[in-house]
Amino acid sequence: MLPVPRAVVLLGAQRFDPSLGASVSRLGIDGKIAIVTAGWQEREPEDEELSAHLGGRTVNLRLHARAEEIFRADPELHAAHRERQELLRHRQDFYRIRLEHALDADWVIRQRAAPTAVLAEEAEASVKSIRELDAWHLAQCARIHAEFDARWDIANRPSVKKHRKEIADIVGDCDAIAIAGGHVATIVNRLTLFALRGLVKDRIVFAWSGGAMAISERVVLFHDDPPQGPGASEVLDAGLGLVPGVIVFPQPEQRLRLDRTDRVRVLVHRFAPSLCLAFPARSRITWRAGKFTSPKSVIKLTLDGAHQEFAPKKGDAA
Amino acid sequence: MTKRLAIDEFLASHPDEGKVARFLSGKKFPIVEGSSVTIVWKGNADGVNLRHWVYGLESSNALIRVPGTDLFYLTLEIPARSRVEYKLEVYRNGGSIWLEDPLNPNRARDPFGANSVLQTDGYAAPTWTNPDPVSRPGMLEPFSFDSDSLGRREGLLYIPARFRRSRQYPILVVHDGADYLNYAGMKIVLDNLIERLEIPSLIVAFTDSSDRLREYANDARHAKLMTEELVPYVAKRYPLLDRPHARCLMGASFGAVAAFSAAYRYPGFWGRLLLQSGSFAFTDIGKRNRRGPLFDRVVEFVNKYRAEPKTVSERVFVSCGVYESLIYENRSLVPLLDATGMQVRFVEARDGHNWENWRDRLREGLSWLFPGPMMFVYE
Repeated sequence: MLPVPRAVVLLGAQRFDPSLGASVSRLGIDGKIAIVTAGWQEREPEDEELSAHLGGRTVNLRLHARAEEIFRADPELHAAHRERQELLRHRQDFYRIRLEHALDADWVIRQRAAPTAVLAEEAEASVKSIRELDAWHLAQCARIHAEFDARWDIANRPSVKKHRKEIADIVGDCDAIAIAGGHVATIVNRLTLFALRGLVKDRIVFAWSGGAMAISERVVLFHDDPPQGPGASEVLDAGLGLVPGVIVFPQPEQRLRLDRTDRVRVLVHRFAPSLCLAFPARSRITWRAGKFTSPKSVIKLTLDGAHQEFAPKKGDAA
Repeated sequence: MTKRLAIDEFLASHPDEGKVARFLSGKKFPIVEGSSVTIVWKGNADGVNLRHWVYGLESSNALIRVPGTDLFYLTLEIPARSRVEYKLEVYRNGGSIWLEDPLNPNRARDPFGANSVLQTDGYAAPTWTNPDPVSRPGMLEPFSFDSDSLGRREGLLYIPARFRRSRQYPILVVHDGADYLNYAGMKIVLDNLIERLEIPSLIVAFTDSSDRLREYANDARHAKLMTEELVPYVAKRYPLLDRPHARCLMGASFGAVAAFSAAYRYPGFWGRLLLQSGSFAFTDIGKRNRRGPLFDRVVEFVNKYRAEPKTVSERVFVSCGVYESLIYENRSLVPLLDATGMQVRFVEARDGHNWENWRDRLREGLSWLFPGPMMFVYE
């Protein structure tokens, strides 16, 4: 059975108006906090503001830098890692091609005039085919990861094992882990490489933006207002699954067109029964013992394409 | 029933000076009512002409004096989402002067001064053209070197915010760089697009020429300067990604010819081109285009390309205003580029041959040539 954290707190973006410190205080954490800023990539060490915000009691796990050290020390693993990333990129490209066609077809069908019952069935069929594509893609990713782990015996590879041990020791001295946003693929990659999933037992995990996406069940890339017009929201990969049954949509102020009920409706149907939750700045919610508590300003996207402030009720937890 | 235009209602009211004052009070000028636009001038004048650069309309249109007043007006049909730069030519005492419209606060600056700007329904300056306090600013630093091809060269290098030596960056080379900075707000645009992750962090070389009509018109020395001298010069100082898809040449008008002709002379080196309102003059017969001898070398080059189109780059973004005469040349060029197998995107705008048209297309062009990491980064 996978280790269970004491609680997981998902937060809105922290850059301009950080609310992390208040959440940490609210939960009475007075010990050290392990921080993950791997999503900042080369800027990983530039954590002064975050550390100051948390009263200076942070230890940066340096997951990005550690991975670079491993790749330098273990060229064979580095080459294999690159090869796997290339494979994943190919899969993502092909998945995107199919997905865009499926979403286009869904849109065209919904513009047609036809008896309501026919349209409802067709809409259901469209969503079903999109869900199948998402599932297929996730399965391909899982297969690639499993083959990689088995072939290279990552858990017992000395170059990795040494760092995993160091990280486990650091986390063992901490009460909480705080995972910042940034490049979400990098975050998922580093959390997985260093097996953070196995270190969360009895810890409180705080995560925001890309960090919150990375610890959810599925990572969904999205942006409704890119310069070339809104494209498809796409599943990137599985997340750590610390908060089951939730898809995280950070920065809805900039990224989600909540007025586009047609797009919201497809999104929610596509990922149901998972909850689609958007996290504007200063929003937060706590996941503890299999249920949500203390929600603040979290937005729930609903099956009819609307949205509302999330008020957890029985059945919202997976 | 069609609503009567404000100016028609005013004319029907038997105007006098008092009514003129009331008419002018509390209105935005020019008056935009659907596709009807009324331009108004009040003052002492023997006559007033509207001067604009919209290809397809008379370049000079007389405003009509409202009898018994010193108010002049002209109503034109201009489609929605249009942006038109203009001046008023005011005749007094046997002479005339060109003035910006005192009733219209919208201005666009260019190397020759400023013009008034008429905006019809649906046009608004894009938000990303305005300074955004959230955007981390890049730096502009001067550079200069002695070129074997064309002597001393000076310009400005844009270094993006959060630059790191451990990263490799694409390079964008901008012709008429000072004008792009001064009149198209390009530093603000770069800061905003990079901050919004719509384009990756770039190093940008803003270059200029004191003899642009010669150097930009398919000049081998200029192509060598850009390709064999400028890029290596920057690469010695900053970490550049050494791949065609990470090298872009751009320019407007003759600057677009300079960019395209340099890429033509070094096929495969410049993997990205951004060509705005290019002066791609050509002839179907004879060697002299109606635009005159300044264009002779351009015509020679474009005619040659039209006879034997070839792949020179990977992706080419072409934009042009539909109110400029060059729309014909640009529309003619696009299918030729397309047929070579290059990826081509062509965008038209209801605008003219001016810096704000070129500014307004930068987001679409740059983000298509250099897609940013916005789908992957959630801060």
